[in-house]
Parts: sequence; structure tokens; C-alpha cells
Amino acid sequence: MTDPQHFVEIRHAQKSYGKFEVLKDISLTVERGQIVAIIGPSGSGKSTLLRAINDLDPLTGGEIWLDGVQVNKKLPHRQYEKHINAMRQHVGMVFQHFNLFPHLTVRENVTMAPKLLKGISEDEANKLAEEQLNHVGMIERIDYYPSQLSGGQKQRVAIARALAMRPKLMLFDEATSALDPELVEEVNQVMKTLAEEHMTMIIVTHEMDFAASVCDRVLFMDQGVVVEEGPPEKVFRNPDQERTREFLRKHLEGAK
Amino acid sequence: MGLDFSVVPGWLDTILLGGLWTIAITLSAAVLSFVGGILFAVIALYAPWIVRQPFRLFAWLFMGTPLLLQLFLIYFGLIQIGINLPAFVAGVIGLGLHFAVYNSELIQTAIVAVDKGQMEAARTLGLSRSQALRKVVVPQAVRDVIPPIGNNMIALLKDSALVSVIGVGELTLSAQLAIGRTYRPFEFYLVAAVCYYIINLGMEAVLRRIERRTALSR
Repeated sequence: MTDPQHFVEIRHAQKSYGKFEVLKDISLTVERGQIVAIIGPSGSGKSTLLRAINDLDPLTGGEIWLDGVQVNKKLPHRQYEKHINAMRQHVGMVFQHFNLFPHLTVRENVTMAPKLLKGISEDEANKLAEEQLNHVGMIERIDYYPSQLSGGQKQRVAIARALAMRPKLMLFDEATSALDPELVEEVNQVMKTLAEEHMTMIIVTHEMDFAASVCDRVLFMDQGVVVEEGPPEKVFRNPDQERTREFLRKHLEGAK
Repeated sequence: MGLDFSVVPGWLDTILLGGLWTIAITLSAAVLSFVGGILFAVIALYAPWIVRQPFRLFAWLFMGTPLLLQLFLIYFGLIQIGINLPAFVAGVIGLGLHFAVYNSELIQTAIVAVDKGQMEAARTLGLSRSQALRKVVVPQAVRDVIPPIGNNMIALLKDSALVSVIGVGELTLSAQLAIGRTYRPFEFYLVAAVCYYIINLGMEAVLRRIERRTALSR
């Protein structure tokens, strides 16, 4: 295998549960600062692919490279654990159901990992929390508990928590799917801000308008393969594949 | 022969001292049962097989046999192999380990019930599995079982009367001492019962406070 030429490189990703193949030989590259959206029907494997990037769902075949380092390299168990924990510090992830830590305040949610893993002082941690929470417009709620926040606010805190580790890459797994419609926009705004700051992002989403407005590239996945890929104008307005057209048509009907 | 409480004030010192010993042994055993319960739960769920199997035998021993027998074993039995514990220490260990096993059952269930997303979110930030357990999963599990653990602690208070048989001068033994001298069992057992009830009320108040204070963090 040659050395990676791209910031993120997924090579022949393959994943199966028993006989069922969720991902079938997927290859994908992302450049630094690029924003890529992955769309597709549920069960298409898009979340599995995203979760493979930081090894939450390990691949059964293929390679994942980030910034010149292979994420899923073969190592003895203990060494691999160390390696993967270090890799994950560079990859922020935002979940559909937020997964904030309910027993910690907003501030503690943001500072827990940096304090534990980077050994920063209490002062530095507080500064970091204020900086990141300002960034997502949640500074007023710094000493609240997650149970006191709305869904949109929770998700913004979850983004701040991920950013506090200063990741090179952010993964969004349907970050707005669990939100009430009126709360989606505030989270989208935060993601747009990140886009303007040239954060590299891979976004699994059902929101075509949002994908069209912020992404450099869109992937349409179905049944474990990338059916179509290209700039949003192309994929959304003038797709080559019949399956893409059908998916978009159904999706538009559903949205009405 | 009616009830005559006039003998009680003369023995109040003894009874109150007994009450203090009951509080001391209950609190010490409660701390041991709490810390031990967390430790046992983690061992039962995550330790390698070679540790887990002997531990299961140990847990079964503590759940499947009478507490009184366990106290005898620890206090009298261990002397035979050269371990001569003071009665108070033997009582704390016996009560503490016994209830640690019960607490551990509660905490195990709660750990398994913590949403999988919590572990995932912690691992995603770069925490190791043990860091994620320590900082994220176990604290939530413990918080979730504070009410039933509180019930166990009330049971622990009541079972602390059993350590009177190995000679710890707690409430029940103090009452017996007074009865031995005055031949007034009804009066002194009643006084002891009132004392247990008061300690009980105190414990419940503390538990309610802890529950209230953790309410937001759910």
C-alpha cells in the first residue's frame, strides 16, 4: 500500500455482521478543511461508516487513515487500546442523542476529558470551558446540568465538549435528527460557524438543504455502497443514478 | 407488676453510650459496604475469569449464609488461624462485607442499565475503558441506586444489633446489661427500640438530602 495522499483516506472499507454485509468496499477521501455530507436511507450503512472512522464500529476489512496515521492498524490488544485512545483525541464526534454526561454540569462536561487526558490545570480548564461555550453560545448555562437544557442546547454543549479536545476532524452522526424542528436551526448555525473556520467535517444527515448549503461534497449511500458522489449542486439537482433520484424524490415528498 | 420507667434515668449513660457505638459501627460498616459494593460490582462485571469465579463463591457465601454465622466466623473462627480482631473491627468487617455484597448486586444492575451512549461518548473523547467506567458509567450507576442502597443501610442499622453477640457494647448489649442488673426487660428493650427509631429517622433524613442533592444530575 502506498502512503496516504489525503487528510482522511478510507480504503476498501468492509464491514459485515455474520453474513450480512453493511459496508461493501467503500473508498473515500477528504481533504483538510473539507466538509462532506453522507446521505442515504436508513440501513444504508452511513452511520456505520462514520462510526468506523474513530473505530466505534471496527471495520472487518480495509483501512482508515487520518493525517498520515492509520487509525485501525493491526497491533497487539494493549498497544492498540493506547493507539486508538490517542487517535480518538483528534476526532470529535457528535451523536444523535447528544450523550451528554447527566451527572456533570455543562462546564464539567466540557472540561472532563481535557483535564483527564491533557492534564491541564483548573484555571486552564475553566478558560477552555468559557471559550468553547462562548463559541456555541452556551456560556450563560455553564453551571447548569444537562437535564435543565433543551435538546438544541444539549447538542450545542455536546459540540463544545468535542471541540474542547481540539480535534482535527469532526464527525456528526445525525446531529439534528432527534431535535424538535424549531431547535434544528441553532445547531445548524453552530455547524455553519465551524464550516467558516474550516474545520474538517464529515456529516451524516437527513437535511438536504443544510447539506447543500455548507458541504463541499455529498455522498449518497445505499445498501452498503456509495451510489453517487459529487458537489451538492450536482448530486441534488442533477444526479446520474436512478437510485439517487428516487431517494431524493421520496425525501422531498416526506418533507412536504 | 406494672411498668416502671423510674429505673431508666440511672442507666441513661450506658444506653446513650451504646447508642453512640451503634452509630459508629453502622457508619463504619456503611462506608465499607458502599466502597466495597462498587468494587465488587466492577469485579463481578469486568474482572478476568480467574478473579471473577472465586469472587462469585465469596459473594454466594455472604448472601447464602446467616449474618450471625459470618460474624462468628470472622470473630471466633479467624482466631484459629492467628487473626485476632477486636470485636468492633470484626463487627464492621462482617456487617460491611455482608451489605457490600447486597449493594454490589444493585450497582451491577445499574451499571448494565446505564445508556450505552455514555460509554461511547466517553471513549470518543479518548478516555480508556477504565477511565470511562470510573468517570462516567459508575458514578451514574451509583447515583441511580442511592434510594435502594439507602434501604440496605437502614437494614444494616437494624442488623447491627447482631454484633452484641460478639461483645460489642452497642445499644442492644447496653440494654441487656441494664436488664441484667434491674430485671426490667420490657422497659429497657423499649428504650432501646426508641433509640433505634431515632437513629433511623436521622439516617432517613440524611438519605433524603442526598437524593435531593443528586436530583438535578439525572
